[in-house]
Amino acid sequence: MSTAPAKHIRTPLARVRGLGAARSGTGHFWRQRLTAVANIPLTIAAVIIVITLLGRNQATAAQVLGSPLVAIIVLLFIASTTAHMKIGMQVIIEDYVHDETAKLVLIMANAFFCIGVALVSAYGILKLSFGV
Amino acid sequence: MAEIKAPAARPLSPHLQIYRPMLTMMMSIVHRITGFGLYFGTVILAWWFLAAASGPNGYAKFSWFAGSIIGRLILFGYTWALIHHMLGGIRHLIWDTGRGFGPNEREWLAAANLIGSIAITVLLWIVGLLAMGGSR
Repeated sequence: MSTAPAKHIRTPLARVRGLGAARSGTGHFWRQRLTAVANIPLTIAAVIIVITLLGRNQATAAQVLGSPLVAIIVLLFIASTTAHMKIGMQVIIEDYVHDETAKLVLIMANAFFCIGVALVSAYGILKLSFGV
Repeated sequence: MAEIKAPAARPLSPHLQIYRPMLTMMMSIVHRITGFGLYFGTVILAWWFLAAASGPNGYAKFSWFAGSIIGRLILFGYTWALIHHMLGGIRHLIWDTGRGFGPNEREWLAAANLIGSIAITVLLWIVGLLAMGGSR
């Protein structure tokens, strides 16, 4: 059928087996757990950071949020939570939206929103860190 | 010719409304709702980071919002959603190991999820308000 040279000796069936209808296997399941586990210590750290900055002025907030350790923790928190919420919202969309076009549009909007929130947040932290 | 008949009224599979609400079921639904709420709540967090980076004027606007009654109500709800979703997530991670599915265990976990989330939220707000008072 295909004239392209075979890159491996596994049969087509063996290659797709276990990947399911989404063709990505258990990737989402695994990343949801990975980010969930990461979110636990990162959220606890973020809550402590927020509490220490309650009622403080901008200069203090900028100094603390831009300090190396806090900035790195907050950046990890942003990366892990936005990845987690992107997968979570996709599950909700796939559960309730059955119109194929609407589903694709919403899944795309979900990616835009999560990446947008991640980059806006990271931009704020990096700006404070590098003082530009 | 064949006529198009209305589909026969076949029984549908039972859905949520047919069941008596149970704690485990409610905590499952609340886990999804809190996740949904936290998703949009991240906009507030992004605003906070941007406000801190933008300077005193931008930060004053955010502080006004966060200190207002509406802002505090939203942030209190956000705190509870965060803690509830985190405890619910820990519950799911326990289930992932194959443990915690027994009748007593799952009821206990659901109750601990709810009571724990309320207790920790109230505790965090007491600590937060005391910390704010101390900084003045």
